[in-house]
Amino acid sequence: MTESGPIDVIKSADEPSAPPPVALAGVSKRFGATQALADVSLDLLPGEIHALVGENGAGKSTIVKVLAGIHQPDSGAVVLDGKAVLLHGPAHARSLGIAVVHQEPRLFPDLTVAENVFTGHAPKGRAGSINWREMRRAADEIFDSLSVRIDSGAIVRGLSMADQQLIEIAKALSVEARVLVLDEPTASLSAHEVERLFAIVRQTRDRGVAVLFVSHRLEEVFELCDRATVLRDGRHIVTAPTSQLTAPDLVRYMVGRSVSLFPRSAAKIGDVLLDVHGLTRVGAFRDISFSVRSGEIVGLAGLVGAGRTEVARVLFGLDRADAGEVTLHGRRVRFRSPSAALRAGIAYVPEDRHLDGLVAGFSIAENVTLPILPRLFPRLFTRSSREHSLAAGYVDRLRIRSTGTNELVDALSGGNQQKVVIAKWLATNPRVLILDEPTRGVDIGAKVEVHRIISELAASGLAIVLISSDLPEVLAMSDRIIVLHEGRVSAEIPRVEASEERVMFAATGQIAEDASSGE
Amino acid sequence: MTQDPQTVNRPPDSSPTSTEASIAVGHPRNATNLGRGLVSVVARWEVLLIVILAVVIWEGNQISPFYIDWTNFGFSTGGTMEVAIMALAMTPIIITGDIDLSVESMVGLSGAVLGVLWAGGLPLQFGIPIVLCVGLVGGLFNGMLVTRWGLPALVVTLGTLALYRGLAQVVLGTSYVSNFPKAFTDFGQGYVPGTSVPWTLLAFLTAAAIFCVVIHMTWIGRQVFAIGKNKEAARYSGVRVATLRTALFAVSGMVAAFAGVMLALRTNSVRSDNGSGLTLIVVMIAVLGGVDINGGKGTIPGVILAVFTLAALQSALRLAGVSSEYQNVTIGLLLIFSVITPQLARQFRVLADRVRQGRHRPVRDPIPGEVVR
Ligand SMILES: Nc1ncnc2c1ncn2[C@@H]1O[C@H](COP(=O)(O)OP(=O)(O)OP(=O)(O)O)[C@@H](O)[C@H]1O
Ligand SMILES: [Mg+2]
Repeated sequence: MTESGPIDVIKSADEPSAPPPVALAGVSKRFGATQALADVSLDLLPGEIHALVGENGAGKSTIVKVLAGIHQPDSGAVVLDGKAVLLHGPAHARSLGIAVVHQEPRLFPDLTVAENVFTGHAPKGRAGSINWREMRRAADEIFDSLSVRIDSGAIVRGLSMADQQLIEIAKALSVEARVLVLDEPTASLSAHEVERLFAIVRQTRDRGVAVLFVSHRLEEVFELCDRATVLRDGRHIVTAPTSQLTAPDLVRYMVGRSVSLFPRSAAKIGDVLLDVHGLTRVGAFRDISFSVRSGEIVGLAGLVGAGRTEVARVLFGLDRADAGEVTLHGRRVRFRSPSAALRAGIAYVPEDRHLDGLVAGFSIAENVTLPILPRLFPRLFTRSSREHSLAAGYVDRLRIRSTGTNELVDALSGGNQQKVVIAKWLATNPRVLILDEPTRGVDIGAKVEVHRIISELAASGLAIVLISSDLPEVLAMSDRIIVLHEGRVSAEIPRVEASEERVMFAATGQIAEDASSGE
Repeated sequence: MTQDPQTVNRPPDSSPTSTEASIAVGHPRNATNLGRGLVSVVARWEVLLIVILAVVIWEGNQISPFYIDWTNFGFSTGGTMEVAIMALAMTPIIITGDIDLSVESMVGLSGAVLGVLWAGGLPLQFGIPIVLCVGLVGGLFNGMLVTRWGLPALVVTLGTLALYRGLAQVVLGTSYVSNFPKAFTDFGQGYVPGTSVPWTLLAFLTAAAIFCVVIHMTWIGRQVFAIGKNKEAARYSGVRVATLRTALFAVSGMVAAFAGVMLALRTNSVRSDNGSGLTLIVVMIAVLGGVDINGGKGTIPGVILAVFTLAALQSALRLAGVSSEYQNVTIGLLLIFSVITPQLARQFRVLADRVRQGRHRPVRDPIPGEVVR
C-alpha cells in the first residue's frame, strides 16, 4: 500500500544499526514426540510488519507462545534489545512491552468485555481501587477506533467468535507495546473489520512498534506486511521482503510444491433440496427466503453479526424459528434437535470448534465417529479397529498432522483441530451440508483440499450452504451468493455477476432496496 | 534467500497411514476406554486402589485370623451390596456431570410401597415389579426436571430427596412391616447353595458386568463420556443429550428401588426411614472409585474395587473392635484421601517438570473454554 513507502527504505538498509527490539535466537521446542520448533531465528524490527506463514502445525503459534512467555524454549532464547531474557510468564512478557493476540481467544466468559480487555492492568482510581467508569470508557475508545460495536459492559459468554477475537485484539491494543504479536487475528473477521484492523496495525507500526502477523490468508500478507518468514515442520525456510515474493513463491516455500487455488468443478444442478421461506427468529433475522438445489453451493455472506450463523442454527434444529417454513426434499420439516436434523440428512459444521465442534479429552478417532456411532456400530459394541481405520482415512485425506488417530485433539494445532471437525461432519454423509467458516485457520494446502472436497460433494448431489467471512472463498466456491444485512437478505447474486464490490455493498446495506428483486 | 523455491521438496508425508502403529501408543490422560496400553494401566487410579485393598486385607489378617475367611467375606460384602449396586448406577450420572442425591429416599419409598402391598395381601412376585416401576417413575421425574427445565441436578434431587422420603412416610406412617416370606428373605440373607457367596453379591456382580459392558464397550457409554466432557459438542454431534441423561436418572431410580427391596429382604423389615444416610456412601464409593465429580472421567472397574476396599476396611475395623464413630472417621479420611491424591499427583508432576527445566511455568497452557468451569 502507499503508506508503506518510507518503511521500505528502513528495512532495506543493511548497516549494523541498533539491535532489533525483539528477536528469537536459535529457538527449539519439543512437545513429547513432536519437534514443534527446530533452531528458529527471527528478528522483529521497529516500524515493520513481519508476516509469519506456514502450514498447520508448522510451529507458528508455538513461536507466538514463546514470545508471550507461555512456553519456554528448550534451547535458544528470546532476545530483547540484544540481551537474552527468560520470560517467566504472560504477565512478565507483557510488562516488557510484548502484547499478544492469541489464535484462540482466551477470555473469561463470566466477566464483562471491559474487564477482559483490562485483565491485569485495570485503570486504578484514587484509593487504588479499580476505576470502572474509566475502564469502560477506555474499552469503548478502542472499539470505536476499530469501528466495531461491542457493548463493553456485556458478559463475554455467548458472544460470537468474531466479537471474542476483537476483544482479544482490544486487549493487546490496550497496553503500550513495543512489540505487537497477532496470531491469525483475522480468521473469523469479515472484510469490513479486517480493513479497520489493518488501518490500526499500520498506525501502530508507524509509531515504531514491531509487529508480527500470522495469517493463512496470503492476500493479507501482501497487503499488510513488509517482510515475511516461512516456517515448515518447525524449521525456518526463508525470510524475505514481501516485495520480492509472489503468492505462488510463498505457497511453494510453505508446502514444498505448487498448489492451485479454488478448484471448482462444474456440477450438475438438480432439484431443490432445501427450501427456506419467510424464516424469522425474533431478534436474530427476519423473513429469510432462499433455496438450495442438489449439486449447488450457495454462499451466505454478510458482516459479522448479520445473522448467518443464526439461520444455520435454526436449520440444524439448535434453535426454533418464530415464523416461516423449511422444506427438505419437498417435505416440510421442523427439527426439535440436531439429532433429528442429522437423521434427515443435514449436517452443520459449527464455527466455534472449541465449544461446539470438538470434545476435548477425546482422541481424533473418537471425535470423528461421535455423530455416526449408532450407524457405525449397529450392534452397540464399539470396535476400535473400525473407527481408527475410518478416522485414518480422513487424517490422510485432509493431511491432519498428528501422531496418530489415537492422539487427543487437545494436542493438535488450531488448523488441524479444524480439519478434525470437518472430517467429523463429512463422515456423516449428509444430503445438505451447512459449513460455518469451514476453513477458519486452515492452511493453504488443506484449504484447497477442503474446497476440492466441497466441490466433489456438490458434484455428487449434495446441497451445500457455505457461510464464510473469507470473501475470495465465497466468490470462488459459490454458485449463488445470498448476502445478509442486519438479519435480512439484502441481495442474491448469481455467480456470473458476483464481485467483491457487489457483495460488500450489499453486506453493508447500501443496495438494500433491490433486496426483493431476487425471488 | 536460504533456499531456492524450486529445489524445496516436501518431506515424505508424516501422517501415519497405518493405524496399527499408532494404536499401540497408550494415552494415560484418557479414561474412556479400558486397556489402552501398558503406560495407561500403570498410571491408573485403579492400580492404587488394588494396592490399598491389598494393604487393608493384609492389615485385617494381622488383626484377626478370621479375617480372610469366606464366611467373613460373605458377611462383610453382603451388607454393603445395596450401596454398591446404587454406586454402579450413580457412576454414569456423575460422568455426565449430574448427580442423584435422591437415591436413599427412593430406597425408603420402595420399601414402604413393598411393605404396604405385602401387608395388603399382594404376593411379592407382583409387589416387586410394581416397586421397580415406582423407582423408574421417580427417576424419570428427576431426569425430566433436570433436562426439560434445565435445573441443576444437585438442587432437583435435593428436592426429591425430601419428597420421596415424605411420600414414604405418607405411605407407611410410623408403622413397620416385617415377616416377608422365607423364599424371598433367603435372597436378602442367604448364600448361593454350596458357596459362601451371598445372593446379593451375585446380583451386584451381574449388575456390575452389565454396567461395565455398556459404559466401556458400547457407543452408549461413549456418548455418556462425550456429554461429560463437552455437552454442547455432544448435542451438535446429534447425541440425544436430554434423553440419555433422563434415561440415566430413570435407571438410577429403578436401581435404588431394587436396592430398597434388597434392604427390606435382608433386614426382613421396612420402615419409612429405611436407607437414610446411604446417598453419602453411594457418592463416596463412586469418588473413591476414581469417578471425577466434575464429570467426564470414571470407570466401572474402579467403582467395583472401591466397593470391595470399603467392605474390607469396614470389616477390618469391626474385627479390630473400632467403635462405629471411629469407623466413620476412618472412612471419611479415606474419601478425602481419594479426592486429594489425584490432585497431589498432578501438582507433583508440575513440580517435577519445573525442577527438570529449572523454570517456572505451567505444563500446559489452559485450554480456552476450560478457564472458568
Ligand atoms: N501443548 C502441546 N502439546 C503437544 N503438542 C503440541 C502442543 N502445542 C503444540 N503442539 C504441536 O506442535 C506443533 C506446532 O503447533 P503450532 O500450534 O505451533 O502450529 P501452528 O503453526 O500454529 O499451526 P496452525 O496454523 O494450525 O495454527 C503441532 O504439531 C502441534 O501438534
Ligand atoms: Mg496456530
